[in-house]
Amino acid sequence: MSADKKTDFHVVNHSLPRRDGRVKVTGKAQYVADLKLIGMAYAKVLRSPYAHANIISIGKSRAEAYPGVYCVVTGYDLDGINPYYGHAVKDHPLLAIDKVRYAGEAVAAVVAVDERTAFKALELIEVKYEELKAVFTPEEAAAKDAPLLHERKFEAGALRGFEGEVTAGKGTNICQTHKIQWGDVDKAFKEAAAVIEGEYYFPMTYAYAMEPYVAIAEVNDQGVTIYSSAQHPFMVRHDLKSVFDLPVSSVRLIVPFVGGGYGSKSYTKIEPLVAACAWKAKRPVKLQLTVEEAMLTTRSDDAYTWMRTAVDKNGNIIARQAKILMNTGAYAENSPLVVEKSTNRCVGPYAIPNVLIENSSYYTNTVPASSYRGFGCAQVTLPGESQIDELAKKIGKDPYEFRLMNAAKPGEEFFPGMRPFDGTLKEDLDTAAKAIGWGKPLPKGHGRTVAVSGSDAGAYPLTSTAIRVHADGSVTIMTGSTELGQGSHTVLPQIAAEELGVPFDKVRVVSSDTAITPYDRSTGASRTTTLMGSAVLDASRDAIEQMAVMAADVLKVKAEQIEVVRGGVRCGEAQLNWSEVISKFYALPDGEVIGRAYIRKAGRFAKLPVFWEAAATGCEISVDEETGKITMEKLATVGDVGLAINPALAEGQDLGAATMGMGIGLFEELVYEGSQLVNGSILDYRLPRFSDLPKQIELHLVQNRDGVGPYGAKGGGEASLNSMAANIANAVDSAVGVRIREAPLTPEKVWRALKQKKLQGPKV
Amino acid sequence: MKLSFELNGKVQQIDCEPADTLAEVLRNTLNLNGTKVSCEVQVCGACTVLVDGAPVSACTYLAYEARDKSVMTIEGLQKADGTLHPLQQAFIDEFAFQCGYCTPGMIMSAKALLDENPKPTRDEIIHYMDGNLCRCTGYVPIVVAIQRAAEVMAKESKK
Repeated sequence: MSADKKTDFHVVNHSLPRRDGRVKVTGKAQYVADLKLIGMAYAKVLRSPYAHANIISIGKSRAEAYPGVYCVVTGYDLDGINPYYGHAVKDHPLLAIDKVRYAGEAVAAVVAVDERTAFKALELIEVKYEELKAVFTPEEAAAKDAPLLHERKFEAGALRGFEGEVTAGKGTNICQTHKIQWGDVDKAFKEAAAVIEGEYYFPMTYAYAMEPYVAIAEVNDQGVTIYSSAQHPFMVRHDLKSVFDLPVSSVRLIVPFVGGGYGSKSYTKIEPLVAACAWKAKRPVKLQLTVEEAMLTTRSDDAYTWMRTAVDKNGNIIARQAKILMNTGAYAENSPLVVEKSTNRCVGPYAIPNVLIENSSYYTNTVPASSYRGFGCAQVTLPGESQIDELAKKIGKDPYEFRLMNAAKPGEEFFPGMRPFDGTLKEDLDTAAKAIGWGKPLPKGHGRTVAVSGSDAGAYPLTSTAIRVHADGSVTIMTGSTELGQGSHTVLPQIAAEELGVPFDKVRVVSSDTAITPYDRSTGASRTTTLMGSAVLDASRDAIEQMAVMAADVLKVKAEQIEVVRGGVRCGEAQLNWSEVISKFYALPDGEVIGRAYIRKAGRFAKLPVFWEAAATGCEISVDEETGKITMEKLATVGDVGLAINPALAEGQDLGAATMGMGIGLFEELVYEGSQLVNGSILDYRLPRFSDLPKQIELHLVQNRDGVGPYGAKGGGEASLNSMAANIANAVDSAVGVRIREAPLTPEKVWRALKQKKLQGPKV
Repeated sequence: MKLSFELNGKVQQIDCEPADTLAEVLRNTLNLNGTKVSCEVQVCGACTVLVDGAPVSACTYLAYEARDKSVMTIEGLQKADGTLHPLQQAFIDEFAFQCGYCTPGMIMSAKALLDENPKPTRDEIIHYMDGNLCRCTGYVPIVVAIQRAAEVMAKESKK
């Protein structure tokens, strides 16, 4: 619990307008897509048509001779750099070397005077392939006669704070395994009063950040400089440092505004490739992917889950067991961590005395999977929360009451060894249930459900910041946290303004330039408000301490005589604001004071997770029995955020996340037919639109100040996604009595299930 | 190829290729980067600009098609004195964006809607705006912002 009991907030806990508002509504906000460097060339990428093939030869002389082409880069032109990268394991060549592992993999890049020229020259590259047997599902990849995707042993990447051992590269197609176990599940299932068992499938999905991956690189004697749409510039820096074998100080990542991330822009994507192009072309190079290419770059891990859950005669959940097979695609990316997280997230947020979860992810010849908002939680919350409703139905309990009975209590160590639960699920569930009218009569064909999720969130606590207080009393926050739209450029100044007592509009943010801003591990796992927010708070207080000492010097008194007041200091009759302290100290209206803070896995951040990200969602749906189409009648989100630094932004995160979750529940899915992704364009990949809006929406926050972040804050913005697919599946069962165990619940699936039910007739 | 059209109230004369799209001309030739490009297949609406008042997808609309017409982009919406258009102000006030990538196109589509129908109902807004995607907000605040801007514009026109 945060030591701060302060309640009279001046700036935080207010829905102040976004700091990036004016530039974003006038078209002046600059994204990497908008940037140009002098002398910049443009790259385009040739991609493999085969899912798995040896590369026999690449003929590039015709392309290189094409007017306007500077160079053609292939996997065979990379002598002098280390072409393999990856923060978990270095399994990913920046261009295919010797073989391709999925249809769509980058095989060669053309660098030319403009994009159109580069694109035309791609046709002139002649690649000869020898096709190999390919695997597309974990089951195929695990078969005895399955071809091996990766033959080489991998070096470890930058991933630290990872609790398990990375298992990739040990002579099988297994990318990662993870297991958690406590109690005695076999005994518990034998003694159970009721058990639900089932198999579930959570699909591959595409995050669709509207700004596709884009980067500009310059490589020269100064080192490597990259402008990128990356969420985690410091993680990307680590990969580039290793590719070019440079000191950290010679690699600079600069991230301006990012056009959406949702996890899909975490970790390294196209940066090593564009840097290699710039290195070969000896000039700055921009690589802007199309959305179709972005869909061939990253997706979420799809998951096949067998799960069973047991209750005793009193309705207490006594055991849960699951076996999960995840499909990580051709390269590990962040999937080892997704595997660990999805394993952990099978449990929460329930207190279950007997647990056994076994999870393994497999390399397959498909688009590499990685982080996606919620980080493996949605994959296992579909089975987890489906089984809660199935069990409640089986034992004749109200599913909302059943959840209340079994949910982790505040302060309960429901996951052995982890931070005790720091949320209030009863209040979350009550609020969601009330919002959707729980218990009130429903029209025929309607279903109403609530669901919860609890994630071990916040990633790893390694964050630093510097706060510069200027001689005019204005403030600059130097932060490695990236503004993806989540609002960090608004929330962080709110915290600094609260602490320093300066006007909110006098605080500016400089962010995500690894040459300038202090180290921050990542902008993901809902960690920024809690971790960077704490760093900004601590650094503000550090600046205040320094300015109190300066004031003593200025006033020629002892430091103990200085009393800090809001926005300045007092000593007897004398009162100085920060501007006066600094100006008098330097004897000029110039100069500054730098407050700093370092956060590590110690003190209040010693125990992981940094916080439990909890939320409840509620929905009411109707089902058209003729067509199987589901309509969202009502949606309620309840974010258990501790304290919302900016309530409007926190609610906005919840609605955005719930809408993505609704998309997966209703229609989002990447579809493979054989080796090819067949709906790899926004024409064919169905996304939530205006017309999918639920008819009624209520957004709620639960603010019990129970987090370790500033003033008791915790992160949010993922949890409302996690339970939505389960919510929809449960609501369909409640509305029309069919249980569907795979997302998305398309009209066809619902219609077929209804038809099947009719054929079988009423159960006897 | 020489091309002349009116852009945000001023006549522009430029050289372009016959295959250049309006988005390419705006972004690459004229350095007006407010118009964003995302899907490139007329599905997402991020690149929406107004040509003679009607919304078009600049990603697939040939620049040549704009000859002698009047083009309006997000850069043309703010008044000369810096005052924001009521839609721009309402988008800020209602938190109707997060990453902001869809926002210029969203605002231009909304302007076309309000020009055509100054008092749209919620359903009319949803129907008209269905061709603009937003991945961040869940759409609700955008609908509210458009309603709010419509109210402000109605009051302004009465003055």
